[in-house]
Amino acid sequence: MELYELTCHELKEKLDQKEVSSREITQSFLERIDKVEDQVKAFVTITGDLALQQAEQYDAGDAVPGLGGIPYGLKDIICTRGIRTTASSKMLENYVPFYDAMVAARLAEHKGILLGKLNLDEFAMGSSTEQSAFYPTRNPWDLERVPGGSSGGSAAAVAAGEVPFSLGTDSGGSIRQPAAFCGVVGLKPTYGRVSRWGVMAYASSFDQVGVISRDVEDCALVLNVIAGHDPRDSTSVDQPVPDYTSFLTSDIKGLKIAYPREYFQQGVDSEIRQLILNALKHFEQLGAIVEEVSLPHSEYALPAYYLIAPAEASANLARFDGVRYGLRDQQAENVVDMFSRSRAAGFGAEVKRRIMLGTYALSSGYYDAYYLKALKVRRLIADDFAKVFADHDLIIAPTTPTVAFRIGEQTDDLLTLYMNDILTVPINMAGLPGMSIPCGFIGGMPVGMQIVGKPFDEGTIFKAAYSFEQATDYHKARPTLGVSK
Amino acid sequence: MAISVKQVEQVAYLARLELTEPEKQLFAEQLTAILEYAEKLNEIDTEKVEPLHHILPIYNVLREDVVQPGPSREEILSNAPLVEDGQYKVPRII
Repeated sequence: MELYELTCHELKEKLDQKEVSSREITQSFLERIDKVEDQVKAFVTITGDLALQQAEQYDAGDAVPGLGGIPYGLKDIICTRGIRTTASSKMLENYVPFYDAMVAARLAEHKGILLGKLNLDEFAMGSSTEQSAFYPTRNPWDLERVPGGSSGGSAAAVAAGEVPFSLGTDSGGSIRQPAAFCGVVGLKPTYGRVSRWGVMAYASSFDQVGVISRDVEDCALVLNVIAGHDPRDSTSVDQPVPDYTSFLTSDIKGLKIAYPREYFQQGVDSEIRQLILNALKHFEQLGAIVEEVSLPHSEYALPAYYLIAPAEASANLARFDGVRYGLRDQQAENVVDMFSRSRAAGFGAEVKRRIMLGTYALSSGYYDAYYLKALKVRRLIADDFAKVFADHDLIIAPTTPTVAFRIGEQTDDLLTLYMNDILTVPINMAGLPGMSIPCGFIGGMPVGMQIVGKPFDEGTIFKAAYSFEQATDYHKARPTLGVSK
Repeated sequence: MAISVKQVEQVAYLARLELTEPEKQLFAEQLTAILEYAEKLNEIDTEKVEPLHHILPIYNVLREDVVQPGPSREEILSNAPLVEDGQYKVPRII
């Protein structure tokens, strides 16, 4: 087995026992990138020289527990000091931050090895990574299909063995959906669990940084490093961070698991439904109590999200005005034209669409009818979850209604494309933690199971996910980087 | 309700976004479709529901007003497209 095929904890064991050096590990991933990146297109920027330098420094210094000496990639919306950070937008094609995002700084402090910055839908707006201003990323399980999005580069790179883990962001499913499409583990922590400082804002009341990894144990190792309070992010919560690896036990006896009937209705592929129901049986055999529940406002989550998130985006993206950073129209003779033309040239279609939609929803005369209405519906959705969690420990559902679709297949029909998020968006509406783990295949394409927990109870998610993983082999399957029939 | 090209132009002005004629047409159609989809929310009575802005029980987060080291002027200006005498340069405003 090559080093690039191993998980972080397997690599760490070899590293700690001095079987291999961090440089050898890093070299193995860089060679893998060299071999497959032309097909996968997961990266925006590869920092190979810097990675080798960091790895050599690690080998020369003291061992650091956790992720010390282990390579990783970051979604290119997470600022990195001295390394171009583009949000996969023409607007920021040449933007070089002078500071690290809090999560980037944490990984650097723990002596992780940065391999590069990963592709996304421009400013995290999309579900397929086709909205990258540079190029679409491809799904390693079938190069003619999308990897999902917006953290498509982060998921595809892990699936293709280009990085052992990566960070993404998730506002409506942007970690869980690509993790499901690419057959890897993806965790969106509770809103407030991880600092968003230095992460470019899309929809601030939804955005959360999280982990994409090959297995549940790696996910816990990474969350251990990035979770915690940051005074620079006033929405990060000052709550103790447990050692998430302590939840990696298979004891789920007596755990109360709910499955919402609204997530198993038509519109969700029947084979996917069946795979999740099979998994629930499995949990029952392990001693969990499984019950059907109702989240009656589920169908309203998506229309509410597509008002609130664009509203927040339109405010957040107002900062791109051609003055302090980013693309600038140099011809304009007055300042309003300079703003308007710089933004017209810098933003892609989906970003413009959401700015327009959000500006409209917030504009005088429509605010109450759209934005405020959506916020009220948001409370009803959050209340639905609170009621279920009063009596249950976890909610389990499919992550996506279908497996990964073909590149170009859904670009013309907006509402169909937005439907990809129908099973993930409600979780963001309520700010809950959610993880997608591999739970089977349909026609050679991976399927994800979504495990949702109470606020700040990622631990119970880890328990259930780990027990399922221990009993199955889905997470061990690796794509061949081909094209399916 | 249908969004007209004229409304699209007004919103684009508010958003400081110059649009081409085909973009105006397209956005008029697409915003209409999305807003029609959003009409679904009116099926629910929210008369007595308080809006939920975010899910955390956090309101005002305050800290001591202590001077802290910040980034240098050079760092802050390092990504600006046009700089003169250590300041951002913009086209004439008045």
